[in-house]
Amino acid sequence: MGNRTEHQAQENKQAQQAGAEEIAQMRDEMLRFAILQLRDATLAEDVVHEAIIAALAPGKYSGSGSLKSWVFAILRNKIIDVIRQRSRHPTELFVEDGADPDNQFKQNGHWKKTQKPSDWGAPEKILASEQFWLVFKICLNELPENTARVFMMREHLGLELKEICQELDISDSNAWVIMHRARMQLRKCLEIHYMQGKLL
Amino acid sequence: MMMPCKRATELMSQSQDRELTLNERLQLKFHLLICNGCARCDKQMKLMREAIKQLDKH
Repeated sequence: MGNRTEHQAQENKQAQQAGAEEIAQMRDEMLRFAILQLRDATLAEDVVHEAIIAALAPGKYSGSGSLKSWVFAILRNKIIDVIRQRSRHPTELFVEDGADPDNQFKQNGHWKKTQKPSDWGAPEKILASEQFWLVFKICLNELPENTARVFMMREHLGLELKEICQELDISDSNAWVIMHRARMQLRKCLEIHYMQGKLL
Repeated sequence: MMMPCKRATELMSQSQDRELTLNERLQLKFHLLICNGCARCDKQMKLMREAIKQLDKH
């Protein structure tokens, strides 16, 4: 059972030894991600705890590369293990909550003038922009919960769509629709708030 | 007949999740050659995928 205080005490002890205060700051972000994926706060507490303990185990972190990437890579693997292992018993029906991108298109299925994607320029430039990352994270958070869950399982955990369909008990075509909606919403959010610079 | 842009965006999204059929690939390729809105959208979807891979670093 997850016991937050106990967990944190143990983590703090290890963190002191490893000299990794950064972990504490990451914990909330890790927990939010784990809860989104696992839909179980107690289980999420446990995997985050395990990931932190594993990350801080003596001699594990080589010190090259960012600590955050290292810890999140471990967390992702732990979440994937749980998803793959748990005998599925969906307690709730998966409800599609993404917005239909229909309003970006005219009746004939072509882009509305106001919705047509603009030229964003070189990808390397965008990925090097602090502002882009700020907006990108906010846009990810704006995705509806169930859409975000599928999207992050696919893109962030790197699961195959087949595995996601099994875990959530949805069909292939359902999953394609959800992924399309997620990408279209994310693109539009970036277009408006990053490219056009409209305030969030 | 050129496929509608909405369909093209569905195919570019699906191409990230499954293998498109030969026919779908050709139709999409043709569409992207003549529609700059969709060509940009395709690039941007690829950029978003790359960005998520790098998300942990930011």
